[in-house]
Amino acid sequence: MNPKRSNAPIFWALFGAGGALAALVGPILVLITGIITPVGLWMPRAALSYERVLTGAQHWAGKLFLLAVVSLFLWHAAHRIFHVLHDVGIHAGTGAKLLCYGSALLGTVIAAAALLAIGF
Amino acid sequence: MAGWWRRNPFFVRYMLRELTAPFVAIYAVILLVGLVRLAQGEAAYDAWFAALTHPASIAIHWLLLVALIYHSVTLWQVMPKTMPPLKVAGHTLPELGVTALGLLATLTVSVVVYALVRWL
Amino acid sequence: MVETRTIEMEVLRYHPERDAEPHLQSYQVPFTHDMSVLQGLQYVKDHLDGSLTFRWSCRMAICGSCGHMVNGVPQLSCHTFLRDYFPGKVRVEPLNHFPILRDLAVDQTDFLKKLESIKPYIIPAENKPVESGEFLQTPAQLDRFYQFSQCINCLLCYSACPQYGLNSEFIGPAAMALLHRYNADSRDAGRAERMPIVNAEEGVWSCTLVGYCSEVCPKGVNPANAVNQNKVNSALDYFLRFVTPRGTGR
Repeated sequence: MNPKRSNAPIFWALFGAGGALAALVGPILVLITGIITPVGLWMPRAALSYERVLTGAQHWAGKLFLLAVVSLFLWHAAHRIFHVLHDVGIHAGTGAKLLCYGSALLGTVIAAAALLAIGF
Repeated sequence: MAGWWRRNPFFVRYMLRELTAPFVAIYAVILLVGLVRLAQGEAAYDAWFAALTHPASIAIHWLLLVALIYHSVTLWQVMPKTMPPLKVAGHTLPELGVTALGLLATLTVSVVVYALVRWL
Repeated sequence: MVETRTIEMEVLRYHPERDAEPHLQSYQVPFTHDMSVLQGLQYVKDHLDGSLTFRWSCRMAICGSCGHMVNGVPQLSCHTFLRDYFPGKVRVEPLNHFPILRDLAVDQTDFLKKLESIKPYIIPAENKPVESGEFLQTPAQLDRFYQFSQCINCLLCYSACPQYGLNSEFIGPAAMALLHRYNADSRDAGRAERMPIVNAEEGVWSCTLVGYCSEVCPKGVNPANAVNQNKVNSALDYFLRFVTPRGTGR
């Protein structure tokens, strides 16, 4: 008898995509949005002004990028946190799974809704 | 198995790698809040950006930056374990070579993202 | 004149019919520069305590029988030298994550069952009569699986794997490396029979890429690479099964 096929590929693919994206753009995004622009060093504060960010978020490419970053970062983190729980001996099972992946799904929905509300 | 990851420096480094995940999630949530505020209009967005200029926020983002850089480095470190050997001119690229290529990609993308945010 | 020094060896002893629990026993072992940990154990058995039980055969990192935890690290004890631990002591314990049969000898049944389950032999597309000649293979085709065929079943990787320690249902590093060795062989057509093992939760999906298995492997097999290449294979198998008809995928 064959063992049961796992549904892990779905979550693993999202985890992997998020991990790769975070490795590529994570550090620079944190640096820009959280450090150099707020401080106004090497990046004028106007770079993240309302009009400028709105224009970016209204463009389809900007929308896609923002959705990918927020959603995939969340899926990446959710998958890792779920496995860390197992690693440290918390075999919370279905509950932990729902909480981890459910949060990522919720974040994805909110991000998509916000991006739609922003308009084109 | 309780506390297994404390028994070997190799496992400690693995656990540090896995524990970058909550930081990735925190950053995604910060951006998600920014998206929602952006959708709510100029006043809401400006309040979000003003919060980012608070010294506590800057301090948190330094922490996030360290975590994201560690995530990036460790992701490229394990990347060669996830793929068939990379052949360059008939020779197998050593694992360190793959890691170096990945870090180079992160660096390149970082420069591109910086340039886009600054000058586009 | 050969210089002899004396090192303290702590060896885990356990006689299940007699002992309530495993315990460490200390021995003073004289050794020369060229003596392995295995030779230290043999000195104990020959000169100090004939009841000490451990497995060994080739003494040259080929047979894979003498794997032990040496100061907490999975090692072939024939491949590990007393001089490197002197003047400290060296602690020898049975391989992690396996039940102890007696002293340093562990029960390998779980691994052997898994090894059998992955069909570790070439399953040709059609049975060729001997007269029709050999299966030919290019150096590039050999290169695709050669490293994975170097596994000696020593089980160091299982002892190194926290996921196997947490859940022994996991197929584990060596069995996956050998599964990959046959799937990657151009003479083999058994991939479809082996994929269900790969695709299961207890297959590749129990691995979190700790990577320590590849670190301790004495033969450079890199089992973590085999497991994680097959995550990609399994994901493709998962998503493409709706597109590709059964049995045609390679």
